[in-house]
Amino acid sequence: MEIHSIVMVKQVPDTANISGQVMKEDGTVNRAKLPAIFNHEDRVALELALQIKDQYGGSVTVITMGPPRASDILRECLFMGADDAILISDRKFAGADTLATSYVLSEAIKKIGNYDFVFAGRQAIDGDTAQVGPQTAEKLNIPQITYAEEILEVTETYVKVKRKIDGGFEILESKLPVLITALKDSAFPRPFKAKRIMAYKNTKTLMELEKFTEGNSLLYIDQLKDEYQSKHLYIQTLTMDDLKLDELRCGVHGSPTKVYKIESVVLSGGNLEMIEPNKLGINHLIDKLMEDHILG
Amino acid sequence: MKIQNKDVWVFIEQRNGKPADVSFELLSKGRKLAENLNGNLKAIVIGNKIKQLAEETFKYGAVEVLIVDNPELEHYRTMPYSRILTELVETHKPRIILYGATIIGRDLAPRVASHTRSGLTADCTDLKVSTVKYLKHDYENLLLQIRPAFGGNIIATIISPEVETQMATVREGVMRFEPVPNPVKGKITEIPYVACDYDNIIKIIEQHRQENKVNLKSAPIIVSGGYGIGSKSNFNLIHELAAAVGGEVAGSRAAVDAGFITADRQVGQTGVTVRPKLYIACGISGAIQHRAGMNESNKIIAINTDPDAPIFSVAHYGIVGDVMQIIPMFINEFKQKLR
Repeated sequence: MEIHSIVMVKQVPDTANISGQVMKEDGTVNRAKLPAIFNHEDRVALELALQIKDQYGGSVTVITMGPPRASDILRECLFMGADDAILISDRKFAGADTLATSYVLSEAIKKIGNYDFVFAGRQAIDGDTAQVGPQTAEKLNIPQITYAEEILEVTETYVKVKRKIDGGFEILESKLPVLITALKDSAFPRPFKAKRIMAYKNTKTLMELEKFTEGNSLLYIDQLKDEYQSKHLYIQTLTMDDLKLDELRCGVHGSPTKVYKIESVVLSGGNLEMIEPNKLGINHLIDKLMEDHILG
Repeated sequence: MKIQNKDVWVFIEQRNGKPADVSFELLSKGRKLAENLNGNLKAIVIGNKIKQLAEETFKYGAVEVLIVDNPELEHYRTMPYSRILTELVETHKPRIILYGATIIGRDLAPRVASHTRSGLTADCTDLKVSTVKYLKHDYENLLLQIRPAFGGNIIATIISPEVETQMATVREGVMRFEPVPNPVKGKITEIPYVACDYDNIIKIIEQHRQENKVNLKSAPIIVSGGYGIGSKSNFNLIHELAAAVGGEVAGSRAAVDAGFITADRQVGQTGVTVRPKLYIACGISGAIQHRAGMNESNKIIAINTDPDAPIFSVAHYGIVGDVMQIIPMFINEFKQKLR
């Protein structure tokens, strides 16, 4: 049995560790100052795909849509065990909401073709929307199992999955192909393999090779690409034209949702009264609460 | 684009025939949005033997319920539910659809939005209808979808100016339950269920569900711990304080992520919104997502070692100090008073 899985991954700003410098005076976020990390649930999704490959044979292709620097997480995927990694990158993808993103990803998946599973994390920490998975499944016209907790059984034609539901769980059986989104605890992502780090640390995307040729008239991009490809060090890079996409459905044009306004947060409460952190202060606080019939 | 329809739809979620609270909260909000739009509030119910449930929506102001009632639809399944709702949206083109940001809502809404190419905004903390100017165009009566963004450091207002249907999901507890004073019996429109092979591409083999025992929304006192508590064993102190004052235990997202407490007790934008009589925030720094879920509490006590923690901006009483010392002191003093 050969199972081919495609895993959608995303590089995200580390929103959990936002420091003072990251916030601008006007309350907006300075994205450039945020460290970029591999979205954890996507890494779990990759682990699920790799486990299927280990157990049943086959291959795993990882794709990401993002700026050129997103190649960092693709290399990490290769270090973990992915067979192929593809960067989908174009300036025209900038400003994409979940609908425009799912359009690009679904078209890339159609181009790759011949898949049994599409995996993704349930959601990315920069928006927490959980929308790209289901929207991609809809565009591929395949079923979806979101909030997957465990893959129970895989055959050539179907998969059995335990998934979370509100207040419990259910076990579903789906025909293949299917799109599955993983929760953070669905699997424990494997560490990098030293051998694979050595093998793939010098892999480059098209944009990275183009950087080499800049200001060096002796290097030709096509030659360089061929050379890297022959050494299995080229990370396939797809642009809007490569995928023959409709520009009006990409990036900001293809996004029905628009950010109308951004405000820094002002949530004011009651008048703050400071209580001394000692017995006397606490005593006084409890008295007040009891007087107001809030406690006691 | 000329938009004719002004209707507001609420997807009514049911599990084993029982409606989800959030659906009625959304009807309460949807009624106001429909008034502002000068349109009708309609409820959408999909399930098996759901007529009685459909009638309940009139109490919250629905003027019409569209129901698709069939034994095949007893349990939520992505394929038939999303297909049916997509067909209804394509036929009727409502102006707004609201869904609970539950596991079902988050599975269903994006699928429908994708097919109909509608705008969809997740986890809104407020919704308004307003006329806006965007890129030099005037748009009448757009849905303003307000949500914290970027790790909660900013509040974003999202609009979907060029689409026919604007969709949003909202967490449980964010909108208030508001039954109408004099409910009027509305219209029930039954839509026939037409089976489709593709609906059964996924089968439910087993389903296990427990009634949610935790009810943070109706607890008068909530004691909540954050990442600052430090460890799961330290978190016992939160349980002790809750037991002493007769409150429920809750936590911030950071506390949930750290494994100190289960996700069903998470307060905040991606958890539950609460409005208790007393909220005691212990070792919670107070990211906006958390504050958005508790700032309407009647009284808030914040205990934190950092005097600049944002939680103090919404608190009524602030104590700068170590929770590990303050909480035992509080329990002790309180017990003495009760003697």
